Amino acid sequence: MKYDVVIIGCGPAGTSCAKRLAENGFTVKIYDRREELGVPVRCGEGLGERTQELIGKIPDNCISQKIKGARIYAPNGKYLEAILEYGGLILNRRVFDKWLAEQAVKAGTEIQKNTLITNFIKENGYFKGVKGEFLGKEFEEKAKMIVCATGAESALRKTLNIFSKLNLIDSCLQYKMSGIDIDSDFIQVYLGNEIAPRGYVWVFPKGKDKANVGVGIIPGKQNAKYYLDKFINEHQELKKGKIDLVEGGCVPVGDLLKDIVTNGLLICGEAAHHVNPIHGGGMKEAIISGQLAADVISECLKNNDVSKKALSKFNDLWWKKRGNRLAKVEKLREVVEKLSDKDFNDLADALKPEDVIEFSRGSKLSVLTKALMRKPGLISLAKHLL
Amino acid sequence: MAWSIDSKKCITCGGCVSVCPSAALELKENILFDEKLCTLCGICEKACPVSAIKVEK
Repeated sequence: MKYDVVIIGCGPAGTSCAKRLAENGFTVKIYDRREELGVPVRCGEGLGERTQELIGKIPDNCISQKIKGARIYAPNGKYLEAILEYGGLILNRRVFDKWLAEQAVKAGTEIQKNTLITNFIKENGYFKGVKGEFLGKEFEEKAKMIVCATGAESALRKTLNIFSKLNLIDSCLQYKMSGIDIDSDFIQVYLGNEIAPRGYVWVFPKGKDKANVGVGIIPGKQNAKYYLDKFINEHQELKKGKIDLVEGGCVPVGDLLKDIVTNGLLICGEAAHHVNPIHGGGMKEAIISGQLAADVISECLKNNDVSKKALSKFNDLWWKKRGNRLAKVEKLREVVEKLSDKDFNDLADALKPEDVIEFSRGSKLSVLTKALMRKPGLISLAKHLL
Repeated sequence: MAWSIDSKKCITCGGCVSVCPSAALELKENILFDEKLCTLCGICEKACPVSAIKVEK
């Protein structure tokens, strides 16, 4: 057996997991089906500066724009302006993902692109390897441990039978636009049932006159394109610009899974629904998820025990470090999707901008509960947050 | 009963693949469809950000 661990998927989760495993002295191979890592981009590309505490300083060439804060718009057009204490980054995922991969390779990981993993090798109730196609040839690779970090759109992931259905997704569309008028120091987020039911419209600056302009919505009568085109048409500063690229996808916004391990295999990152349920941001969650997975796998390999029971420490650790917090954020999302546009407008008057940012991280929710309690019609929603 | 995709509208984002509960869809250069696995549940039609998919029951 050539490798201790085989990882499927070379995104933020797979590379973070691989890097840490390799640093711990294990032999690691990542397979990715893409020809070029980081492409196609299915992401708003926003990341908090503090994530660098987890992965080290991100080189300048990975960063399209540094952000001071966020403007959150209520349906009536009033906005809350929050300065982000540690700042934010709008990345260039085309470059960033390659840098992440390079970090894993420097630590000793092998990466093989252009490779489609089609099936798993199972023996005696354990996952023991993968089957795939590379350069038109079928191959098999055995390993002590398999990590599924494929993202949500993998068909392979569904053959694992670990999953309940992915019921909670937001349908997303994003335009890379140029020639627009924006304040490049701030990301802009627009809320409202007419603007984006359950979700929001985002404008993430990528330079002086460029931005990722996107929308995420609950799937319904109208598609994401309808809402995004409508929004751009109603905003002159965007309407005057040009659409350079169309990107899209579906993002898990909940369905946090209790159990993501089995004998010889675990799932991490977006494949395991490790995404922030209110804003759909997945990079930071993927990095944390991949690193925690590596910690647990390292211990299990040292003890020569990759049974479901031994690996279930990953379930416990992830829920302790992230899950409980994200479950609170999911409750917040459930409350937010029931708010009327008038409620949004009223809350924008009642809340402090910095607190709203904290809500999206699952903190300070008692402040929101109190604000909801003051409105007789919203008391039941307030109780949902308790 | 039929599943169809309008390749002129499709942006191959893979959103439909993410939501398909029966692994009937796969993302390669285009969206690949496996009739044998499809249950015509219609989730992909709803989730598609550009309404490229039609499911007729």
